[in-house]
Formats: sequence, structure tokens, C-alpha cells
Amino acid sequence: MTISEEHWLQPDGIDSILPAQAFVVESLRRELLDSYQSWGYDLVIPPFLDYLPSLLTGSGTSLEQKTFKFVDPLTGKMVGIRADMTPQVARIDAHELGANVPVRLSYIGNVLHTSPDGFGGARSLLQLGVELYGEEGVNSDVEVLMIMLNTLAIAGVENTHIDLGHVGIFRALARQAKLSDDQEIAMHDALQRKAIADIQDLVVRFELTDTQSSWFLKLITLNGDESVLVDAVSLFEGIDQELNAAIAYLQSVASEVKLHKPDLPLYFDLAELRGYHYHTGVVFAAFVPGHGRSIARGGRYDEIGKAFGRARPATGFSTDLKTLVNLSAKQFDVASSKVYAPYTSDRELQTFIDSLRASGQSVVQGAEVGSEVMKMQGCGQQVVQQSGKWVVESLI
Amino acid sequence: MTNNKITIALSKGRIFKETLPLLKHAGIEPIDDIATSRKLILQTNQPNVQLVIIRASDVPTYVQYGAADVGVAGKDVLLEHGGQGLYEPLDLEIAKCKLMTAGPVELPDNEPPRLKIATKFINVTKAYYASIGQQVEIIKLYGSMELAPLVGLADRIVDVVDTGNTLKANKLVPMEHIADISSRLVVNTASLKMKHAVIKPFIDTLREAVENRR
Repeated sequence: MTISEEHWLQPDGIDSILPAQAFVVESLRRELLDSYQSWGYDLVIPPFLDYLPSLLTGSGTSLEQKTFKFVDPLTGKMVGIRADMTPQVARIDAHELGANVPVRLSYIGNVLHTSPDGFGGARSLLQLGVELYGEEGVNSDVEVLMIMLNTLAIAGVENTHIDLGHVGIFRALARQAKLSDDQEIAMHDALQRKAIADIQDLVVRFELTDTQSSWFLKLITLNGDESVLVDAVSLFEGIDQELNAAIAYLQSVASEVKLHKPDLPLYFDLAELRGYHYHTGVVFAAFVPGHGRSIARGGRYDEIGKAFGRARPATGFSTDLKTLVNLSAKQFDVASSKVYAPYTSDRELQTFIDSLRASGQSVVQGAEVGSEVMKMQGCGQQVVQQSGKWVVESLI
Repeated sequence: MTNNKITIALSKGRIFKETLPLLKHAGIEPIDDIATSRKLILQTNQPNVQLVIIRASDVPTYVQYGAADVGVAGKDVLLEHGGQGLYEPLDLEIAKCKLMTAGPVELPDNEPPRLKIATKFINVTKAYYASIGQQVEIIKLYGSMELAPLVGLADRIVDVVDTGNTLKANKLVPMEHIADISSRLVVNTASLKMKHAVIKPFIDTLREAVENRR
């Protein structure tokens, strides 16, 4: 017999989380939100659906392409299912809370993407992160970076590497070379791919001077250990004040991080321009061996509140909890921890079962069955009567 | 702690043949002979370096997902792939050719307003004709592009042109130039960051080999 596929087939990149993994995801969700609370971050729950402008504010075109959109029949306006919660959380800070003191927010929720962009082509992610508004300077960026590292540690993700960059460096060079908007986009695209041959073409096409050309050709070589910061200082000396400030900022972030985590492998990439459209300062991402993509990312994006009427300093990170669970080396004990008990009309037995449940035990009640069937239902113990008293006994 | 094993993705044929001397300069030589071996993973004289032999158009995919750390891919394949998740830090200056449109030597008097273009480079073709403001219909083929105009399947083709002999033999001429093609070294973004101690010197030695050949 064949089963008609329309009844079970799921859309591409959309999946269910089954019991054992769901237990892990939920345990981690609770533990992580508690840890954010312990850093003073308050949970917010933005809606799944929102008007399009507030979902896309301060983001690049890629987010617009990734967002599922349709017309709200009630108003005729375009609504979207969030593809990223960051703009929603920024709106909560800028508009709904409107505080003039630093605000720390955490969030977790499903986001949907129209096109897959990760391993296994997932389009439904469980986005998780924190945002810190109204605080500027190295300490606030390092705080967020530390929370990101803490998140990976709690999730049991090991051998994390951190990649650090600063979008201000390219921005200053583009300004000094007087690149037009289109030229800046083309150069940004080539830098993102570290495509040296393409950059050589571009500098000719843009008619840059030899000095200006050398900035961009050198920029893509500036990646590696901390020595690239030293190289950058001498290569870019006296070009632009903001550029010098950006390198100095990166240097202080690095020394702060090393103070807290001396063994953490740090990697610097001054041509790393992920999120260039909304980031305004330091950017960072976490990598683990064997996974060809970053697993968590963050940075400073001071302009995001502007469209909501209030630009103020902002820094944050986000990750996908499902990805972390897949990479986790942590052991979560779910199997064989339940207790089996028969359905009963015996008051005394039912009271005993209720007390077990109240103490945190998971009790399955069912028909009288053999121990094999109990085990298949995830039970490692059963309730039996011994000399007139009900007790819990391990299944052999 | 850091895994310093590197996997290099190559495709059989011209790219493999022309990459070997560059790898040799970096001290990497395959132990197995690709001509006789049917293995898809080739060990090399360096214990931490292995080669995987795959289809040319699959190289960006393997490297993007980190199944291989580095690879050698034609710019044509990279343009079609889009290059997400990849660095292309070095032009190897091998397997050079051009990506061009081509059509019959004698164009019919009344060409249709919407040309049919046969190609395996769907994305590049779409972007190229959009950039010159021409609406076209694209027909995806996997090979023997030159046949399509001859049998009336398409008005033009978009393909890589090396000597132009195949075109000539089929009464076609190259028309517009889309891009210069050569093979690039591609590197997985995460690999460059996590294995930079191994990969950066590797790139530098290859660059040296490329410069020596000029």
C-alpha cells in the first residue's frame, strides 16, 4: 500500500522537532533564557507577523528577499512573517519602551526564510539572541560577545573560534577613495569574496590612483592572527581618523576578550563585511571545526533605531538554537527516565502516583502490560506493590 | 585542538592537469595516479593533504559547505554558482577562455523579437541579457550547446569559447564577450578563519608558483 504523499510531505526546509530532540531544544531554551536573565537581559516576545516596514528596517535587501509576504485582508497592507527578529526587538526598544537609559533585551522565536541559506537547507530557524541598547564603547560589545560565548558553552558547542572585524575600516577607505554608491557595492561584493582578480579589475574601472588601489588590494590580505592589526596600523597610517579609531577599537576589544578568555582562538579579518548595510562598528562571528559556516554572529549597529524615530547605540548577537543542538556535545538524559504505573481506581495508588508527579517524576499510566512494552514507551521503572506499600522499582 | 587536515577539490581534465604543477610547487603531489585509479579521494605525499576529484560544477558546492577546504573552479562555474560562502583569493591563470554568446554565421532576416538562448549558464545568461536590456528565453542544456542553433532549438548560445574551432565547425561565430574566464582558487570561509595557519601559507606558495609562470 502506498501512502499519498500529500498527507505527510513537508515543505522544503521545514521540519518537525521530534521528542528526544525537542526535549533538548526546550531544556536549552530554558537554560539560556535564565542565563540571559542572570546578565540582566529581559525577555521580549515580538509577534510572528508584522507590517513589512517594521520587519525590514535597517536591514539589507537580502532580508527583504528572505521574508514571506502577503496582503493583510483586514487592511490591504503588506505583512510579512519575520525572517529576523532583530528589527522587531529594535522597534520595541525605540518605540514601545522608549527608555532613555540602557535597555537589555533577549528573545527567542521561530523565523521563516523564503530561501534556505544553511546546511540541510533549513528555512525554519529558532532564532535566539540578545540586544543591548543605549550603551556604547568596547565594554558593551565585549559584554555581548561574552554572552555569545556563554551561550555556545551552555549549548555544549566546543572548540569555538571567534572572527573579529570592523566595518568602519572599509567605510573610511571607500569614503577617502570617493567611491560612488554603486562602486561601493561592487567593491564590497568583491571584498566579501576576497576575489583579488575582481578587485584588480574594479580599481582600473573606477580609475583609482595607485595609492587608493593599494588600500583595497591590501585590505583583503589583512586576515589572520593579531599581527594583522599591527600591519593595518602601518599600512593605513594617516589616511583617515575614523579608520585609525576603528583599528584601535578592534585592538581594545581583542585585549578585553583575551583578558576574559585567554585560550580562545581569535582570528581577525579586516575585510569581513557581513551585514555591512546595517552594522556600524565591530562585527564578530563564531565558527567551529567541521562546520563550513558561522554558527553565531553579532556586532554593533547604531543606526537601527533611526526609522523608529530614535537612533541610539545598539549591539547584539543572534544564533539558531537548532544549529547549536545539532553541534552540541552535551549529553541529555531523556531515555528510560519515566515510571510506568497501571490505570487504577485504587485511591492509595493514585495518590502515590500524584505525589511522584508532584516531585518531578514523569509517570506514564496505561493498561497492564509486560516490561518490554513499558520500556518501549520510554520507561525505566515501574510502580509495584511490596508488602502492602506502593514503591518504584527498576525494570530489569 | 585545531584540525589541520586540508581537503582540496579538483575536477578531472584540464583543470586537474594544469593545477598539478602549481601543487607540486607547494610540495603536494598525489600518490595515486588519476589516470589509472578509480578512487575519488586521492592521498598525497603530504599526510595532512588529500584531493577529492569531482565534477567541475560541483566544486563550489563542496567548498561552500566545507566538505572541501579549498578547490579549483573556473570563473564561469563561480559566476553561475554565485560564490556565496566562498573566498576566491587567487587567480591561478590556468584554463583560460572566454564566456561568450555565439550564433549562426548567417543570421536569418527576420529574427524573433525574443531570442531563445541555449546554455548551461542560466544565471549568468539571465544577468547578461538583463544588463543589456534584452528580454530573452533561456533553454537549459547540459552539453553540445553548438547543436541547438543548427536544429532550430535556439537562436544563440552562451558558452565558454577557447579556440573557437567547435563553433567554426558548426558554422557558428562568437558574438558578444561576457567575461574572461580562468581558474580560481576558492576557499571555504570558515576554513580560512580556522585553519589560516595552514591555508594562508598554502595560498602564498601557490601565488608564487603563478607568478613564476608568467
